[in-house]
Amino acid sequence: MDNVFVEALVRALAVGTPLLLASLGAILNERGGVVNLGVEGMMAVGALAAFAVAVAPGGNLWVAVLAAMAAGALLASLHAFATVTLRANQFVSGLALALLGTGAAGLLGKRYEGAPLFNKVPDWNLAGFVISPFTVFALLLAAALAFYLNSTRSGLTLRSVGENPAAADVLGVNVGRVRYAAVLAGGALAGIAGAFLTLSYRASWADNTTAGLGWIAVALVIFVGWRPLRAILGALFFGVLYYLQFRLQGNSPIPTEVFSAMPFVLVLVVLALAGLRGQQGDAPAGLGRAYVRGER
Amino acid sequence: MRFTALSAPSAARAAWVTLAAVVVALLLCALIFFFYGVSPGTVYGTMLRGTLGDSTGLAEVARRTIPLLLIGSGLALAFRAQFFNIGAEGQLLLGAVFAAGTGLFVPLPGPLLLPAMFIMGAVGGGLWAGIAAWLRRLNVNEILSTLMLNYIAVAVVTYLIAGPWKGKDVRGYIYTDLIPERGFLSVVPGTQVHWPTLVLGVAGALALQWVLSRSTFGYALRVVGENPGAARYAGLSAGRVATTVALITGGMAGLAGAGEVAGIHHRLLEAGQISLGYGFTAVIVAWLARGNPALCLITAPVMAIILAGGDLLKIDLNMPFRVVDVFSGVILLCLISSEVFVRNRVTWGNGQAKDNTGSKANG
Amino acid sequence: MTQTTQPPSPPALRLRGITKRFPGVVANDSVDLTVDAGEVLALLGENGAGKSTLISILYGLYQPDEGTVELRGQPVRVTSPAQALRLGIGLVPQHPLLVARHTVAENLALGGGSGLFPARGVAGRVRELSGKYGLEVNPQARVSDLSPGEKQRVEIVRALMRGAQVLILDEPTSVLTPQEADALFRVMRELKADGRSLIFISHKLDEVLAVADRVTVLRRGKVVGGRNTAGATREDLAEMMVGRSVDFTRKRTDSAKSETPLLTVRNLTALGARGLPALRGVSFDLHEGEVLGVAGIAGNGQSELVEVLAGLHASAGELTLAGQLLTGNAEERFRGGVAHIPEDRIHSGTVPTMTVAENLALRDYARAPLARGLARDLAATDTRARQDVEHYAVATPSIHTPSRLLSGGNIQKLILARELNGSPKLILAVHPTYGLDIGATDQVHRVLLERTEGGAGVLLVSEDLDELLSLSDRIGVMVGGELRGPFPVAEVTRESLGMIMGGAHPTVVAGADQGVVA
Repeated sequence: MDNVFVEALVRALAVGTPLLLASLGAILNERGGVVNLGVEGMMAVGALAAFAVAVAPGGNLWVAVLAAMAAGALLASLHAFATVTLRANQFVSGLALALLGTGAAGLLGKRYEGAPLFNKVPDWNLAGFVISPFTVFALLLAAALAFYLNSTRSGLTLRSVGENPAAADVLGVNVGRVRYAAVLAGGALAGIAGAFLTLSYRASWADNTTAGLGWIAVALVIFVGWRPLRAILGALFFGVLYYLQFRLQGNSPIPTEVFSAMPFVLVLVVLALAGLRGQQGDAPAGLGRAYVRGER
Repeated sequence: MRFTALSAPSAARAAWVTLAAVVVALLLCALIFFFYGVSPGTVYGTMLRGTLGDSTGLAEVARRTIPLLLIGSGLALAFRAQFFNIGAEGQLLLGAVFAAGTGLFVPLPGPLLLPAMFIMGAVGGGLWAGIAAWLRRLNVNEILSTLMLNYIAVAVVTYLIAGPWKGKDVRGYIYTDLIPERGFLSVVPGTQVHWPTLVLGVAGALALQWVLSRSTFGYALRVVGENPGAARYAGLSAGRVATTVALITGGMAGLAGAGEVAGIHHRLLEAGQISLGYGFTAVIVAWLARGNPALCLITAPVMAIILAGGDLLKIDLNMPFRVVDVFSGVILLCLISSEVFVRNRVTWGNGQAKDNTGSKANG
Repeated sequence: MTQTTQPPSPPALRLRGITKRFPGVVANDSVDLTVDAGEVLALLGENGAGKSTLISILYGLYQPDEGTVELRGQPVRVTSPAQALRLGIGLVPQHPLLVARHTVAENLALGGGSGLFPARGVAGRVRELSGKYGLEVNPQARVSDLSPGEKQRVEIVRALMRGAQVLILDEPTSVLTPQEADALFRVMRELKADGRSLIFISHKLDEVLAVADRVTVLRRGKVVGGRNTAGATREDLAEMMVGRSVDFTRKRTDSAKSETPLLTVRNLTALGARGLPALRGVSFDLHEGEVLGVAGIAGNGQSELVEVLAGLHASAGELTLAGQLLTGNAEERFRGGVAHIPEDRIHSGTVPTMTVAENLALRDYARAPLARGLARDLAATDTRARQDVEHYAVATPSIHTPSRLLSGGNIQKLILARELNGSPKLILAVHPTYGLDIGATDQVHRVLLERTEGGAGVLLVSEDLDELLSLSDRIGVMVGGELRGPFPVAEVTRESLGMIMGGAHPTVVAGADQGVVA
């Protein structure tokens, strides 16, 4: 009984880890006023970059994670350029990013399909809990991000840029630079989320390794009201769901396809609930809009 | 980089900028192919020779133009209303499900079956998009909801063909039995070009253009899309416009799904075989047409070349079909980034503070 | 530098030959201006005279094409608002630039403050400034909960915290009651006594005379005059501002008001944006041929009252128009005779990307003669647009020009033409002349008064007390979602209206509510 519970928690935390990492990144750039729907794509390129470095001769896992961050940030920089500098529609740009990222990862990753990873990131055994270092990092990061946003000058600046960029601009805040930084940081975190998938969780590369997790992370941000600590609970919630899917598959008369659709159905339910509760009101007031000095 | 608003952006400027955006996109894609390890020249050469170079290739392009035209012209309308329907893929699948279900299980006499399949296809696609329209009333972003519905639609199709609708004579394969032959659409001999659906697509694009520019609904749609505040002020219901637009675009995608079933596959089979990425590619068809359904008559074949070319790359160069997503993503990114150049004049340099008030000065 | 006859110390701020051109218009034409330390300079001019452009240049939002800015004799280049703040130039904008969701302290810490817990450090400084200048603000309050006057004080504190020696106040009294304005003037005098320089933008002549030492008048981008305020009269200033003598007497000599009630409103209640009561039991009658003015500080329920009447906002209570229950959505009410000249002519009154002809069709695009069945009749739409454009003298290159290319006055004429097309019974006019020049203002007033002669009733909501006093038969005041009055116009003055706007009970006003103007 106890073991089942522990196993459930450990598995839920494992699936929840990429969700948490990616949604923390998305919270960061959304609090700065930029929506990036391209999380799925940034995760995919991060996953591939990490795997490619790790399987290369003498592949170092730290370098692999750095490569994942760089790949995620590189893709995110396209989004920043399009939406901050060229003021393109943030939602559509994010969609393009998702297509480009998953497509490029699938294309460039073809040579790694089925390749074995011998130096998987080792799990830690913390008092009986077998847990990935990525998970520990993600949990600590959530706390750090909450502190950063609420209690530091830089966090205040970021939030102000997301709420009312014009107000920040007149006080000498470089709105464009803050938004670029937030978008790049969001991309880097999505990249780490991808690295977790290929270096730890799956320890292999396959096309579509992200399997829609990036989209769920985007929805999670709304569900948790743009708050980093609540994102832990949100990620855990979906983690439990994936665990149930895994456990019930084949052990019940319900067809497998129903389970594979379940997270996506639940995202819709969760978003609808957030909508009914008026949670969109928690969104940063400047979210989704390009800032142009002199325009209201 | 500084932008100065142009008072009256011309259509010619829009055309030039769009063309330039596509060229930049193809160059960026070339860079990715270089990293993949094939020469961009080989890639583009293969694509062009195989699609425009002979009649087989042209037929393949025409075959892919059909769903792109149907879906794209519907999406063009939706984007004008600021309803970002990204779920045409799922709506097409539901259209295919409804059409195949009608063909398989409804005993209709000969001449009635095909019209019934198309009508039911439109209903299926419309219903699927209708869910997103309903969720939007609860403030759920339609990009996210339609995307989620794509994943769910794939699961629905898989469930049906592997479960209750699995054919009796198909052994290990997962797909349904064939629909009766009176539900087969006629094709241009020797090809998979089901021309009745193509005619439907052309008529649909023209009809939607009329709706947009000449009908009272089109007027309301533009007001809602271009200034929601004015729509509210005049008592136009944005929710009703969004719902109607969702039903139209979903219905168009559903027709495309019915066309694929009746014209090509004659059964329901795996999602990835019914739609070759038509839903996402149609987004670009609509964006390239800058929201004009009639212009999809030009942009749909253009994107069909890329889809058909993707298939050739898979066969001839052994590249994954994901290459189509790369094209789609890069082209879309370049297109939306180019919009600012349509509406503004650009000057370079950083010496002056930015002012974007254009011709309007107030004192 | 060719300084010939200079006072011993250079002025705190001097502009020399500032010129700024925009495509098609010279917004500032070699403007010269000086402010001394310990002086309040009023910058006076009509809308469009170039005041905003000049402020934007001073505050680093625009760069001048020609001319220099000097601070205490030193030429400076102001390249951004942040640079202006560093140079000691602060701006209190007309619409507050604050983060609504953040606290006052967080707003004040933005762009400065300590690395960790930035908001904690500023509270002491706020208390110090509050005490010194009588600027009461609570650092822990959330900005979204503040009144317009409180937000303005936050802006002033912020500028002072940054060490502003030159403080620009852009139409600061437009959101204040006369009494709150007096409190602001006391703060301004304190700042002046402290040796700071103030530039006060306004078009309210009484205020200029009350608080400024000197006035500089702009017209069509040029400085057309300047003088000390001592000994000046309203008429003097107005003549400088407009370029001809201005008649301040009442525009309305004979009223068309009848005794037949047109609109009856009984016990109207409605909720506002955040679910709080915005209208608390409003009752009044509006008679045929009457102009009923509605005064009040922004946010006291005026917008909700108009939206409820126009069918844009849910409400409880009873409404009748010409004896019929008034129900239905905005479109049905328009057909029932309710015209609406909205507060925001760009974001709700028009669709800027659509053509003049299309905008003129917004109300009846779906009905004959502009439509047949589901199809629009484009020829009929154009024909009527041409008539409207001619009749209301809308200056536009063509009826197929997007409306965003029109000036504010012409957009307002377009809206008037559209709204008055169907001979409405009730005209809801919200700030109908805000931002218009004198010619366009006159035309709007004339058209509204013409309609009252035909028996229409006008509900005129305005923040301009002079406009209300000059056009209305009776004036009501919205305070906290309740309507005080309406009072016959002969029984109220600017001062008494100001008292009521500020929350004083109008028991002192005799014959309230049912009085009739002779």
